[in-house]
Amino acid sequence: MTGKGGTGKTTVAAALALALAAEGRRVLLCEVEERQGVAQLFETEALPYEERKIASASGGGEVHALAIDAELAMLDYLDMFYKLGRAGRALKKLGAIDFATTVAPGLRDVLLTGKVCEAVRRKDKAGWPVYDSVVLDAPPTGRITRFLNVNDEVAGLARVGPIHNQAQAVMRVLKSPQTAIHLVTLLEEMPVQETMDGVSELRAAGLPVGAVIVNMVRPVLLADAELAEVAGTENSAGGAAGNGKRRTAVAKALSQAGLGGARRGGVAERLVDPLLAQAHEHAQRVVLERDQRAEIAGLGLPVRELELLGDGVDLGGLYRLAESLRRQAVAPIREDADAPVAPDGDDAYAGDAGDADEEAVDEVFAGAATATRASTDAEADADAADTEAEADAANNEPEV
Amino acid sequence: MSLESPLLEIDPLLDDPKARIIVCCGSGGVGKTTTAAALGVRAAERGRTAVVLTIDPARRLAQSMGLTELDNTPREVAGIDRSAGGSLHAMMLDMKRTFDEVVAQHSDPERARAILENPFYQSLSAGFAGTQEYMAMEKLGQLRAQDAWDLIIVDTPPSRSALDFLDAPKRLGSFLDGRFIKLLMAPAKVGGRAGVKFLNMGMSMMTGTLSKVMGAGLLRDVQTFVAAMDTMFGGFRTRADATYRLLQAPGTAFLVVAAPERDALREAAYFVDRLAAEDMPLAGLVLNRVHGSGADQLTAERAVAAAEALEDAVAENLADPGIVDLPAGKADPDASDVPDETRDRGGKDPQDRTELLAAGLLRLHAERMQVVARERRTRDRFVSVHPEVPVVEVTALPGDVHDLEGLRAIGLRLGGGRPAAA
Repeated sequence: MTGKGGTGKTTVAAALALALAAEGRRVLLCEVEERQGVAQLFETEALPYEERKIASASGGGEVHALAIDAELAMLDYLDMFYKLGRAGRALKKLGAIDFATTVAPGLRDVLLTGKVCEAVRRKDKAGWPVYDSVVLDAPPTGRITRFLNVNDEVAGLARVGPIHNQAQAVMRVLKSPQTAIHLVTLLEEMPVQETMDGVSELRAAGLPVGAVIVNMVRPVLLADAELAEVAGTENSAGGAAGNGKRRTAVAKALSQAGLGGARRGGVAERLVDPLLAQAHEHAQRVVLERDQRAEIAGLGLPVRELELLGDGVDLGGLYRLAESLRRQAVAPIREDADAPVAPDGDDAYAGDAGDADEEAVDEVFAGAATATRASTDAEADADAADTEAEADAANNEPEV
Repeated sequence: MSLESPLLEIDPLLDDPKARIIVCCGSGGVGKTTTAAALGVRAAERGRTAVVLTIDPARRLAQSMGLTELDNTPREVAGIDRSAGGSLHAMMLDMKRTFDEVVAQHSDPERARAILENPFYQSLSAGFAGTQEYMAMEKLGQLRAQDAWDLIIVDTPPSRSALDFLDAPKRLGSFLDGRFIKLLMAPAKVGGRAGVKFLNMGMSMMTGTLSKVMGAGLLRDVQTFVAAMDTMFGGFRTRADATYRLLQAPGTAFLVVAAPERDALREAAYFVDRLAAEDMPLAGLVLNRVHGSGADQLTAERAVAAAEALEDAVAENLADPGIVDLPAGKADPDASDVPDETRDRGGKDPQDRTELLAAGLLRLHAERMQVVARERRTRDRFVSVHPEVPVVEVTALPGDVHDLEGLRAIGLRLGGGRPAAA
């Protein structure tokens, strides 16, 4: 999950994790920016570098969370792959870990993405994936391609050896159909522009783009005719005289509703101008938002919308957003021109997988009840797929 | 009852000839870049010779200042009113180029070439996390040293946290002092020193381990790079320290930028604490995108009640009231649950139409008043923790800013509504 700063990408990532965890699934939500945003959202204490359960979903579903710390990931990594327990600590003392995690080119990002991919591939004793899905609250849109592609770059730098192999393994996961990169935006020019740029960069790098999630969508409170009227684009009222007449009529209506006198200088009359000014701003915003929606639609990606929660996102709000995502079936969505490989011939990947017109494929399985863009077949399959997906070892999804 | 904080007076800050650097910091998406640009325009039109340094991959400042290209050199911004004797330049940080320039400036041509061609360097300079912050500081130092401008306005990088910008020089310093760097350079240096034997043993163990982990090729690249950079490190460190001190100097002012949202203000509060801890001079908080209402005497509750009364009246007017079923006594003022039918049907009669328009205006107002109240609560939380921090509120514009006119409008709000001319 990526998005411009201020678009609420952490919130949406958390809501997606909750949505994916429904129906008894196990989801890991990772954060990599050392901001403890996840802990704040779930109203828990700061997360350590350790996977722990932070929320429950329906049917025994669980969301686990992990705040990945580059330095600890490095030691972890050294220990895991080279059994370098002591030498690792020696490296730390020497400042090598500092070097690796702050200055060495991209090593920090390699470690972060590496840890995420490790969680994706981890299996339990019986050979099932430990997590059904992994959601990554990733760096912002401006840095996402470089962040995810860092392993390609590192594989080029370290041409042989374990780092090379590790980097390539991570890249294979990130570029596989198991991954979908969702972008969070607002209906404002700059975030939308950044989303457009981000999508073309991701596409150019061959990274799998998922859906655009429009966050904090505000309700339109006026009907079209009223919007046109206050925006002054409809000329039926006609000029200054018409405006004057409209003002008087509105003042009368306000007065009727018990808001004071409609006469010039009356309480209701004095409300008219500020109220019309607010409506004018609202109308401008609605027009602007329509333009932005059109821009987003031009990307040809699945689009999902989340309403603005007036009082900010608390835990209850987070569950509401998750429910909304579930209803809109944002759970595994991926832009995929090629048919995604359904592992083991499993039909968990429902939908028109091989759609030649590059229409995004909604793969409905992780408990998504309906799919707004998926075919009816996909909807019918959703329930069946639900159970099968669970038993499908290869089907765990990193959601970025 | 809302809390009061001292008003942040932007114009005196911009006019003070002793003010040489203004740093705009804050979390992402709060309008930092726009604020920096608007301050630049306003300062220039009030007579300062100003330059705006932005660090932003989306080239948004470029758009808002009507420039098609911002490279690593400050370009004059056209369309600035120069009648007060000021001017405005703007530039966007090109990380790689800044890094290359530093390398070229501080080493002989042969060594510079070796560094520039090193694959490790090429990756490092192309902008991995952290490099941006170092280079921003480097560029700020350069601009200050050039002394061509009497006011430098800096927009900070869109970091994961606003604090990265402050940490950059120290991190660089501790890294350069680190034993690891010395170790990497050791093969070239250890000859003839005391304790060589011990160091060599340690070294061969380390090199063995490193080469196992990194692959021999990468380790060699890193070592070559570090060796080639060796002579420059001292310079880096000296300049990073100098820039850090520059930020603490009396000529510098920090503006923390935020939006009236919980996360942004929380980040702002952290930043205020941090600046105090680092002895960095905070001028105040710029609170962007604040909503107000010209009709704030009318509460959200009364507006909703009045809207309902109007909608009920229209519904009753309709010939077939059976179709329209308006729930009575709605508690949630957010809900605009007038059936479209009512609107459509009401739209036919001019009287009904006006009443529905008035109802719509009232519901809109109720929503606005709720936004106002929410923003006020968020702001008050910050103010109660930091009552001493001066604040200026900038009212929200309906659209985004992408021209000088828009920047002037923001500047006007920053200046408390007074026109730019001093």
